[in-house]
Amino acid sequence: MAVAGETAKVDPMYQFTIQPLLGENMDIAGYNIAFTNSALWMMITAVVLWIFMLGGMKRELVPGRWQMTVESFTGFIDDMLEANVGKAGRKYVPYIFSLFMFILFANLLGLLPLGIVGVHPFTFTSHFTVTGVLAIISFSIVLLVGFWKHGFHFFSLFVPHGTPLPMIPIIFPIELISFLVRPFSLGLRLFVAMMAGHVLLEVLSSFVIDGWNAGAGFGLLVGVPSFLLMIGICALEILVAAIQAYVFALLSSLYINDAENLH
Amino acid sequence: MPQIAQLAETYASQIFWLLLIFGFVYFVIGRGMVPRVMDTVGLRDKQIADDLAAAQAARDASDEAEEAWRQRENANREAAQALVNEAKAKAQVSTESKLATVQSRIDAELADAEARIDASRAEAAAEIETVAAEAAQDISLRLANINVTKTEARSAVKKAMAHG
Repeated sequence: MAVAGETAKVDPMYQFTIQPLLGENMDIAGYNIAFTNSALWMMITAVVLWIFMLGGMKRELVPGRWQMTVESFTGFIDDMLEANVGKAGRKYVPYIFSLFMFILFANLLGLLPLGIVGVHPFTFTSHFTVTGVLAIISFSIVLLVGFWKHGFHFFSLFVPHGTPLPMIPIIFPIELISFLVRPFSLGLRLFVAMMAGHVLLEVLSSFVIDGWNAGAGFGLLVGVPSFLLMIGICALEILVAAIQAYVFALLSSLYINDAENLH
Repeated sequence: MPQIAQLAETYASQIFWLLLIFGFVYFVIGRGMVPRVMDTVGLRDKQIADDLAAAQAARDASDEAEEAWRQRENANREAAQALVNEAKAKAQVSTESKLATVQSRIDAELADAEARIDASRAEAAAEIETVAAEAAQDISLRLANINVTKTEARSAVKKAMAHG
């Protein structure tokens, strides 16, 4: 929502700019670790999530609405892991729950229409540095669990059951590559979905602003339909925010299932 | 695209803060709060299951008690029926025996009375004979002037009476 005054030009990518807020020159071993707007929104997400979870800590026998909501989220993740991994999936509930809720809250907070009060929400899940790190964490868990539980037998994951012996030299590299691509697809999917939605909203908003700036005719012809479309896409983006968080958590649990149970 | 344009200058900060904050989320929320929330749910489910089991047990117990009561009730009813039947039979027997004694007394009285009647009739017949003999003696003396002895008169009367 960076309207550059008179020219009324909207740069749809400007919203993804990272700006240092504190400690611009804070270094650890030569790496700059400035506290940026991205870090601020991570912190806001964590705090909102923590406050949300406090409602689930009332531990009442007959839960209120808030406690019920928190319990339904933990139950949702628990059921998902139970369905995809089985009984062994229970020990991953803390991780998958953290992942799902962190991404979900980040996506939703990034959609808040705070621009109308002059604050710019920042969706850190639209940065592949962030989604990539989360994907690598998930992938590392898969590798660690896989090799811890099955040792070198874990490589049998790349040879599906019933593969004829002469096919193994061909199948094995294909399966291995598809396995190694997983962290990239996992991280990129979330990053692309979030960025695309925000760019689309920004572009449509620029149509609304530029249309009305060009006169009432353009305003009615372009601005109004764009605005209506924006409303619809906002609803869609809320859905996408939830779906992408779910997909990330679901795929992580499916990959963990591969490591737990091979196949 | 700032994600790429700013990559070199921001990646360290992004990764650092993400690991720090996601670490907080994982350890404080994921490991600290989630298990307690799930414990609460588990406790509630357990309590519900226990309550249901207790209710089922109470129901079974009440069914059992009802069955036992029904059996006792049936036994009591049968015992009462038997008692009534016994009393009835006893009453029957005593009535019959009482009736029998009364009947035999009545029979004895009847026989006694009949004997008495027979005796009276015989006496009366003997008296009629005597009277008839005396009358016959008297009549024959007066009309034919024949003196008939008492024994002759009596045998004649007897003969006449035997002929009707």
